Amino acid sequence: MSQPEFTVEDLKRILVEGAGADEGVDLDSDILDTGFESLGYESLALLETAGRIEREFGITLDDEVFIDNPTPRELVAAVNAKLPGSVAA
Amino acid sequence: MTARVVITGIGIATPNGFGVEDYWAATRVGKSAIGRITRFDPTQYPARLAGEIRGFDARDHLPGRLIPQTDRMTQLALVATDSAFEDAGVKPGDIPEYEMGVVTASTAGGFEFGQNELQALWSRGSQHVSAYQSFAWFYAVNSGQISIRNGMRGHSAVVVSDQAGGLDAIAQARRQIRKGSKLICSGGVDASICPWGWVAQLANGRVSTSENTERAYLPFDADASGYVPGEGGALLILEDAEAARQRGAENVYGEIAGYGSTFDPRPGSGREPGLRRAIELALADADAEPSDIGVVFADAAGTPELDRVEAEALIEVFGAAGVPVTAPKTMTGRLYSGAAPVDVVTAVLAMREGLIPPTVNVSLSPEYDIDLVTAQPRTAHVRNALVVARGYGGFNSAMVVRGTDR
Repeated sequence: MSQPEFTVEDLKRILVEGAGADEGVDLDSDILDTGFESLGYESLALLETAGRIEREFGITLDDEVFIDNPTPRELVAAVNAKLPGSVAA
Repeated sequence: MTARVVITGIGIATPNGFGVEDYWAATRVGKSAIGRITRFDPTQYPARLAGEIRGFDARDHLPGRLIPQTDRMTQLALVATDSAFEDAGVKPGDIPEYEMGVVTASTAGGFEFGQNELQALWSRGSQHVSAYQSFAWFYAVNSGQISIRNGMRGHSAVVVSDQAGGLDAIAQARRQIRKGSKLICSGGVDASICPWGWVAQLANGRVSTSENTERAYLPFDADASGYVPGEGGALLILEDAEAARQRGAENVYGEIAGYGSTFDPRPGSGREPGLRRAIELALADADAEPSDIGVVFADAAGTPELDRVEAEALIEVFGAAGVPVTAPKTMTGRLYSGAAPVDVVTAVLAMREGLIPPTVNVSLSPEYDIDLVTAQPRTAHVRNALVVARGYGGFNSAMVVRGTDR
C-alpha cells in the first residue's frame, strides 16, 4: 500500500500558491537547508502555508511548526511525521 | 512662515487612462470610459454600468510575493505609487526612511479580496480563508503596503470619509510636511466592482440604473438620476517646496495652497449644508479671493438634491456663472477616495496646458446658474483651481490647487 508523502516539491508548490515567490530567490535551486526567512517568507506567509498543508494533507500542525522547523528539510520531516503510516503518527 | 507644499510626482490609474500622459490625452478631449460591467455578470443587478480599468494585470507590474496578499485596489495603488516616485525622480532610499510617510484615503477597503475569502469561508470552511485576509481588506492597507514596499517609515495614516477623503488625506499629508516630514505619498484608490462591492454601493440609493452610457451620469442636468461608480485613483508625491528645490526636483506640478472641510448639519435641521463654508475656508487658507479661482472641479454628485446644494454653494461664493465649473469625472464615474486626487491631478494638468476638460454628455439644467464647461474643452489661463469633494454622510471638503509658473 502506498503511503502519502509530503515532499519538498509539495512544499514549494504550496508556498507559491499561498504566498507567491520572491523574484530574488530560485526555489528550484537547493533550498533544503535555507531558512524560510531567507527565502523571502514572513510569518504570515508561513501561517498561510501551514494552513494549506493542513487542509491538503488532512493533518493538524503545531502552531510553532515553522519556529521549530525553520528550513524546508526540517519542515518536510515534521510534516511527514504527522502523516498516517509514519512511525511517529 | 508656513511651508509651501508642492506636488512633484504623479501616478494615476483611471478607467480612461493609465499613467499621466494616457489619462490627460483622454481627458482633455472628453473621452468617456463608462460601459457595461465586465468584471462580473451584472444582469441580475439593478445598476449595470461602471467605469472599469481594462487590461490591468498586476503580475505585469508587481513582485510575485505581493500578488496573493493584495486586493485589486492595493495593486493599482502600488503601481501608481511606483509611477509617482519615478515621475518625481526620487528613489526610496534617497530620503531617510523616517522622513517619508504615506497618507491615503479609502472608501471601501479590499472588497474583492474579502468577497473571495468570505466565499471560501461559507463554501469550504474557515481553514480555506487566506491568512492575508487579516489585512488585505482593511482601509489602511494601501498606506501600509505603500509604506512597506518603499521603505517609508515616517507618519502614515488612512482617512475614511468617502469621496471627501481624497482631499482630507492630501491635507493631512500637507500638515505632516509642515511638521517636518520631507516627503509624503498621498491620494487614494478604490476598486470594488465585484458583486459584494456592488451591492454595498447600491445601498446608498444614489447609483444610476440607466443602461445608456451617455445618459447614466448627468450631474447638473435636468435628467440627473444618480451616478455611475468607477474604479481607480491617483497617488501624489508631496514635498516641502524648498526641499524639493534643493534636491533639484524637475517637475513641480503645483502647490496645495488651501484646504477646508466641514460636516453637514443633521438632516431636517433646516440649517445650511456645510459645503459653502468648506469652500470659503479653503479660499481663506489659500489667501485667495473667489476671483482668483479660474476653474472649479465639482463634486458633481449627479442626484438633483446634491447638485442643487453644490450649485447654490458655488453661486453663493462666486456669484451667478462667476467661475467655470467642470466635472471630468463624468468620463470615469465616481471613484470614491480616488476621485479627488484624480481631480487634483486634472487641475494641475489643466493649468499647465491652459485647457479646462469638459463635463461630458451633460446639458446644463436651467435651474442652475453656473458656468458649466460642457461638450467641448475650454482654453483658459488659470492660476488657481478649486477641487470640491463630498462624502456620503455629510463630509464636505474643498482644496485650492495653485499652478506653477513656467
